[in-house]
Amino acid sequence: MKVVLLGATKGMGRALARLMAARGDRLFLLGRDLHDLQRSAADLRVHGAPDPVGTAYCDLLDPKSFVAALDTASEQLGGLETVVVTAGLFAAQEELEEDPELCEQLLAADFTNTILFCEQARRRLLAGGGGRLCVFSSVAGERARKPVILYGAAKAGLSHYLTGLDHKFRAQGLQTILVKPGFVHTGMTAELQPPPFAGEPESVARVVLAAIDRGAPEVFTPAIWRWIMLVIRFLPRGVMRRIAF
Amino acid sequence: MDAFAKSDLTERARAGHQGAVSSNARPGQVGTPAHARRVELAGWGHYPVVEGLVRRSEDLERITRGVPLTRGLGRSYGDASLPAGRDAVAASPLADRLLAFDPESGVVRAEAGVPLMKLNRLFFSRRWFTPVTPGTHYVTLGGMVAADVHGKNHHQAGCFGEHVRALRLRVADGRILECSDQAEPELFRATMGGMGLTGHILEVEFRMQRIPTPWIWQESERIENFEAVLSRLEEAGKAWPFTVCWSDFLARGDKLGRGILMKGRWAEPHEAPRDQPRWRRAPALPLYLPSGLLQPWMMRIGNWLNYAKHGARTKTGIVHPETFFYPLDVLRDWNRLYGRRGFTQYQCVLPGPNSHPRHRDFIALLQAKGAATFLCVIKDCGREGKGMISFPRPGISYALDIPITGRTQEIVDALNELVIAEGGRVYLAKDAFTRREHFRAMEPRLEAWTRVRRKWDPGAVLKSAQSVRVLGDAP
Repeated sequence: MKVVLLGATKGMGRALARLMAARGDRLFLLGRDLHDLQRSAADLRVHGAPDPVGTAYCDLLDPKSFVAALDTASEQLGGLETVVVTAGLFAAQEELEEDPELCEQLLAADFTNTILFCEQARRRLLAGGGGRLCVFSSVAGERARKPVILYGAAKAGLSHYLTGLDHKFRAQGLQTILVKPGFVHTGMTAELQPPPFAGEPESVARVVLAAIDRGAPEVFTPAIWRWIMLVIRFLPRGVMRRIAF
Repeated sequence: MDAFAKSDLTERARAGHQGAVSSNARPGQVGTPAHARRVELAGWGHYPVVEGLVRRSEDLERITRGVPLTRGLGRSYGDASLPAGRDAVAASPLADRLLAFDPESGVVRAEAGVPLMKLNRLFFSRRWFTPVTPGTHYVTLGGMVAADVHGKNHHQAGCFGEHVRALRLRVADGRILECSDQAEPELFRATMGGMGLTGHILEVEFRMQRIPTPWIWQESERIENFEAVLSRLEEAGKAWPFTVCWSDFLARGDKLGRGILMKGRWAEPHEAPRDQPRWRRAPALPLYLPSGLLQPWMMRIGNWLNYAKHGARTKTGIVHPETFFYPLDVLRDWNRLYGRRGFTQYQCVLPGPNSHPRHRDFIALLQAKGAATFLCVIKDCGREGKGMISFPRPGISYALDIPITGRTQEIVDALNELVIAEGGRVYLAKDAFTRREHFRAMEPRLEAWTRVRRKWDPGAVLKSAQSVRVLGDAP
């Protein structure tokens, strides 16, 4: 499998890329920090990825970087088969409410620009007869909740978009894999008290790789979050107004 | 603007619900939250417990800036990995990338947070193994350097530090530098066994060992008494690369100190199974047992069972490498057996020759103090290594767990006084009770090491709860 990953230097993306490396997939890494990308490329080579693991600059806050990044990746890999997006931003609701600039960036990164990136990837994959597009959204997009209104709104929009791609393009060979992680122990959640059912990046990665391989349109991970969110979706408005969750 | 290549999408609402969204979050830093959380911290012995601010990120360079200490997986037993006061501490485990591997020479370079378990499992199938391993694989490379760990092959291979070629360090003034035998050799040697007090270890470069197969050929024998244990251990070391002895200090009379000697070597291809060892996920002890549950009579029975179960005959055969090197890791969180009050591990080395009666005195003192417990591990140490303040020296090392009670300090004091009188020393990676004056008395090398430490950290920025206690750093 030839895979382009945006966001594989950290957390769940790192874990997923390592599993792919271990089974010999050809990898190409996109990200903002070239030095960091090269360190991850080295790590993936030691984990078994075939040489070379290419890297190219791509910044979710800079949509103009997308075309060149994907072109470079496609050229070096000799075509695209799988594109994975694990990059994204998070900030607490309170921070976002107080800082309009931060809010604008987060919405741009997690919604507009992720979709613009996916559009570029979609076009290229379809031009090559199809492929797989795996994007990490979040369970935060399942129901509006007080602590994740803005982040959740962006992720809800992103999930909506990916579901639409699945409806329209699956028949043409484009498989979208929409990943909805619950709480996972990563650098980004390091300062939070982990809730019950918190996941590890390695187990999330195993689930996601299996989903990519079979072309599953949607995956919750850890799996129990599907049922947690199902319950939350049916909570009455009056309850949602009252609880802090 | 810091932003992308963040791979983690997270659901924080639940954390918010639990009231734990960090108050340290610095607004305006998109994608780089403070990565810090105030939590209770403890070493493996769960004593002492302190409050500290843990900074955790893949970017170890960033989180070590302006912080007095880095910790790995917290497997040192006492307070070595704990911040002094309510300081911040950087946590390395997310910095777990392998940066280079040369399949010709076996030289690996990696970020300091790489856990040994991951490294082992990645390299077993390629016929490489870490040159030195401690008794658990839940340690980071950075921790292995900081404690300059030793293992069952110490009599041949020395400490881990002897196989380290270079370190990347953040020193106290914030600079990042490379040190090795050529570059800043003094700092290099002071960092091995320096318990993280000379600088933050960011990267480690070391040479792996070639192995013929990933399996171990083990021979174990039961030994009737303590004198025989010591002499057989010494003898076995001449022929076997891995040796260790478990000894029963709860037995009475001439059975005292009887034990089981384990010897091992890498199996040759014609002896070993053709397949790779299977990696098992160890079950965890789900909760703390009540403190004080483990009574001496239970330990005595446990020891007796362990001894009797082996049988009188010498046993030989192929064993799984993780069973051989990490027998206690089969139960994760086994430290909870001792309850919330916790335990300390006392490990000291008494100088040879092994026939000396001082070893008898040591056990007699343990018994007199009621400090003898199950699983006393005996190992003969080889030469002193490169580390300026590393623990091992020629002699016999004793390691035993002591549950925390009102008498623990008194027991450790008494043992330390004997150790000082005999010219031995204790292992800081295990220690939680040694007094400052005792440590100074057993460490003639302390002065030279402190000179190097202060040269690189004149403002005494780097410290730990342990350095405050044992070295007299200002809290």
